[in-house]
Amino acid sequence: MTSAVPNSAGASETTASRGRVGDSPLRPDGLLKVTGAFAYASDLSRDDMLWGATLRSPHPHARIVAIDTAPALAVPGVHAVLTAADVPGENAVGLEHLDQPALAEGVVRYQGEAVALVAAEHPETARRAAARIVVEYEELPAVTDPRRALEPGAALVHPARRDAGGNLVREVRMRRGDPAPTAPVVVALDFEVGMQDQAFLGPESGLAVPGADGGVDLHVATQWLHVDQRQVCHVLGLPPGKVRLHLAGVGGAFGGREDLSMHAHACLLALRTGRPVKMSYSREESFFGHVHRHPAWLRYEFGAERDGTLVYARADILFDGGAYASSTGAVVGNGGSLGLGPYRIPNVHVDARGVYTNNPPCGAMRGFGCVQAAFAHEALMDELADAVGVDPVEIRARNGMREGDTNITGQVIDSAAPVAELIRIVRDMPLPPGSPPEPDLRELPGGVGNTTHGEGVVRGIGYAVTYKNVGFSEGYDDYSTARVRLEVSAGEPVATVHTAAAEVGQGLITVEQQIARTELGVERVVVQQADTTVGSAGSTSASRQTYVTGGAVKAACEAVRDTVLARAAGMLQRAAADLRLDGDKIVDVSGEVLTGVADVLGDEAVEETLEWRHRPTAPLDEETGAGDAHVQFAFSAHRAVVDVDVELGLVKVVALDTAQDVGRAVNPDAVLGQIQGGSAQGMGLALMEEVVVTDGRVRNPSFTDYLIPTILDTPPMRIEVLEYADPHAPYGVRGVGEPPTISSGPAVAAAIRAATGKALRRVPVRPEHITGA
Amino acid sequence: MEFLAPTTWADALAAKAACPGALPVTGGTDVLVEINFDRRRPPALLDLTRVAELRDWAPDRGRIRLGAAVTYSRVIDELATALPGLAMAARTIGSPQIRNRGTVGGNLGAASPAGDSHPPLLAADAVVEVASAARGVREVPVAQFYTGVKTNALAPDELIAAVLVAPPRGPQQFCKIGTRNAMVIAVSAFGFALHPDRRAVGTGIGSAAPTPRRAEAAAEFLAGELDAAGLWESRGELPDGLAREFGHRVRAAAAPIDDVRGSAAYRLHSLSVMARRAATWAWNDYRRAA
Ligand SMILES: Cc1cc2nc3c(=O)[nH]c(=O)nc-3n(C[C@H](O)[C@H](O)[C@H](O)COP(=O)(O)OP(=O)(O)OC[C@H]3O[C@@H](n4cnc5c(N)ncnc54)[C@H](O)[C@@H]3O)c2cc1C
Repeated sequence: MTSAVPNSAGASETTASRGRVGDSPLRPDGLLKVTGAFAYASDLSRDDMLWGATLRSPHPHARIVAIDTAPALAVPGVHAVLTAADVPGENAVGLEHLDQPALAEGVVRYQGEAVALVAAEHPETARRAAARIVVEYEELPAVTDPRRALEPGAALVHPARRDAGGNLVREVRMRRGDPAPTAPVVVALDFEVGMQDQAFLGPESGLAVPGADGGVDLHVATQWLHVDQRQVCHVLGLPPGKVRLHLAGVGGAFGGREDLSMHAHACLLALRTGRPVKMSYSREESFFGHVHRHPAWLRYEFGAERDGTLVYARADILFDGGAYASSTGAVVGNGGSLGLGPYRIPNVHVDARGVYTNNPPCGAMRGFGCVQAAFAHEALMDELADAVGVDPVEIRARNGMREGDTNITGQVIDSAAPVAELIRIVRDMPLPPGSPPEPDLRELPGGVGNTTHGEGVVRGIGYAVTYKNVGFSEGYDDYSTARVRLEVSAGEPVATVHTAAAEVGQGLITVEQQIARTELGVERVVVQQADTTVGSAGSTSASRQTYVTGGAVKAACEAVRDTVLARAAGMLQRAAADLRLDGDKIVDVSGEVLTGVADVLGDEAVEETLEWRHRPTAPLDEETGAGDAHVQFAFSAHRAVVDVDVELGLVKVVALDTAQDVGRAVNPDAVLGQIQGGSAQGMGLALMEEVVVTDGRVRNPSFTDYLIPTILDTPPMRIEVLEYADPHAPYGVRGVGEPPTISSGPAVAAAIRAATGKALRRVPVRPEHITGA
Repeated sequence: MEFLAPTTWADALAAKAACPGALPVTGGTDVLVEINFDRRRPPALLDLTRVAELRDWAPDRGRIRLGAAVTYSRVIDELATALPGLAMAARTIGSPQIRNRGTVGGNLGAASPAGDSHPPLLAADAVVEVASAARGVREVPVAQFYTGVKTNALAPDELIAAVLVAPPRGPQQFCKIGTRNAMVIAVSAFGFALHPDRRAVGTGIGSAAPTPRRAEAAAEFLAGELDAAGLWESRGELPDGLAREFGHRVRAAAAPIDDVRGSAAYRLHSLSVMARRAATWAWNDYRRAA
């Protein structure tokens, strides 16, 4: 078991020892990042490069009457100005549906939609030239209230879909058990979740370099090279061999880099000008350049026995997908199939919908459909606890899933489901001390703002649990490809691992090295730059890479090892099963050295490339939602302790403690990092993070007014990591990255409710929600 | 864009006179943001960081003369006793990096209703010393310095030389509401000063009107009630009802708007709470000082 105790040096000490699975070797990017030396995509540079800029729509919905690019082309230093008319392939991109033009064609459907591109010698020239493009718009009525998007007569965001769902992107229905259940205790609520941004620190950036073959090399910060490649090929009208993607330094992702941003744009400009083209968004442009987390409107009802045992649950969940589908369909799938939380519920009725509007497009973000739902089901669980007079921990323990239970899609949870254990662990952690009589301002709500010296401050404690699917669900062919080579260099065996999996800051490179060391016994492991010369690794999302790409690397290493040992067995006249790789030696089971790896390999390399798949999943039934839709489930629990200045509505989170089952901690330090970061991100949504959109327009596209927690907002965290190996997963791993983002926010919201006695049915909780003014 | 880099105050004033469109830049924490966002394209930048005179503070004929280019970090480190309200405000500004660059002169130059220097300067009856090559020095009481949303009383050829503040004769307080606990623009702010020597009260409201402003009537009311009850002499407890009423009257002095940072109603409410608490803390300090 790994655990981190705040402020006790050494508790999460790095075990650099051998750097195998279960150790925490230092990451290659760590020092570079903290010293500012790491090369992010925004640092890419070529001597002869041009700079691209994007002209975006000022309107949430408008017809493009005419575009005059001549004034921009007339600016000295401008090399190209492109519009939809210049797209050589099909002008359509999208993760699930090709419903979004690379450049707006005839109509703009959200504020910030890309309309035209400029390439120029200097970024400033490009921006100024873009501002000179004259676009004549005719504004159209905008659909900006998702709750009205499905009303008959509502304007259609995509008129071509009139007979294909209209503004409905996807609807998922869950029906289980008694269709008209009754229960002695019934609680219900409506909840609203604001639009969160991924707020990654490295804005969208990339460099497209035209090739001699008429193709292009795109260096870009992304989460999934191959899904980008597919869409860029589509837009450029080029085959995959001519569109080569290379992963550039990624400054965080959290789902915000799953869709294309500047990818196709830079390639279009590079192919047109014959020059390398760099595009790098400003922070403000970044807010328009990627999807956000879906805002959601949720109506929940629980029916229970008098002891709090759930009898039924009903939920109606609406996600605002914005102007283009992105991954709304899958988010609806998650909201529907997981949106009642990790509870045993015999009778279920859930409707989850995602709709098109003229608001900013929403798509993937850490927690993916479960975050929004968790705020509602956890608030309602507390209501139920209150209604039946059980405490919030016990009500969760009582109703929590256990291994062998079926969830609401009828899928059997066939590995650990320790809900009761997790929630009791956080309950039993020591509570932080109360405020000292003369506390430092930094320990009080309002911080150095000096708004209280203790007046009005009330402490509250809140709990939440969650479970989240790991990997891609609903029958998706979710695989990863790994190429592993073992050779001897300067007398020492060296393993080279090549995948297309995106390291986005989570530590995947280190994990790949650890796996190769474990399987091949080597010390030196080189991880090659991720690119599209090796097969797809799938997305760095859904908490899946350690599982899936880790699984692929493990399998490829095993194949290499088998080959090497078979060869050694032949040379040594021994059974391969008796042999092991250990450093530069081949040893027998007792550890006796039999020969050197160099003696077996000579100057030949052994290389294996293979695709690895987790066990298949099944689609959700259209009518009932039934199906073994998910690969694996990851569980976590949080306890938040907050001090609220109830008169001013200001909150200080005093502690945010958590317990999570990770199956197997491949890299315990990285696990803690994921849990700390995820917890802070979930807390951010509960307290302050919201892209405020009014009438389809974003009002706070900057870090001046889109607030994310600072160090003074982020409390110490006690973290208890359970390792109940999942027998179906490589090394028993369970995805780590998302659960903390899901259960932390609802725990914080619950703690604020406990302190204030207010219902607080919307997040982020703003001061005025607490004070009522 | 031209870049003017005078090294003396006289040269700086001459440059401003010769090119009134030149935009002064000190810490650059406002100016560079505006330039990067393309919100501002001045014909010239007038860099004041080489003018040594602006970087000093010193007692000057009974007042502290704070050079326009003294940073917040120095205000916090060197002037916590001499300019307590301003130092408290400085502690809330931005991040360490911003406090190392940003200056009180720049805050006055920007004259944002959300500038955190303003409420304590208003409460302490500060005076802004401005100068021009043609007309020399003039002193503008800070309450008259803010002329509108992000505008101030400077003539096109004038620069801010310093802020003049009398040393405190009584306790001061500053409170600022933000929706996170650090590095945040004020949703509302309040500066408070007791002037027992004059039996007066100083106030300053931030982020709750088109300009920073005082709550004059509230201040007179509180000073008068303290007087009437003989509390200035007796240093008795501040009646809770009085503190509360003061808060209500401060609220009445504000004219906030709804925006993405907060609602007008919350700004009003929070001002009344801050005013009550600030007055109480300051009064308790005054009692303790006896
Ligand atoms: C991340 C960040 C956080 C911030 N947080 C806060 C905050 O919490 N509270 C707050 O109040 N402000 C904040 N600010 C704004 C800014 O830091 C302050 O207004 C600061 O006081 C500006 O000082 P400066 O020296 O950097 O001014 P500059 O940017 O150099 O100038 C600001 C303005 O004053 C003018 N000016 C400067 N010096 C003179 C002079 N001598 N004579 C005439 N005009 C002059 C300039 O022309 C310009 O209009 C923040 C800014 C940033 C970027």
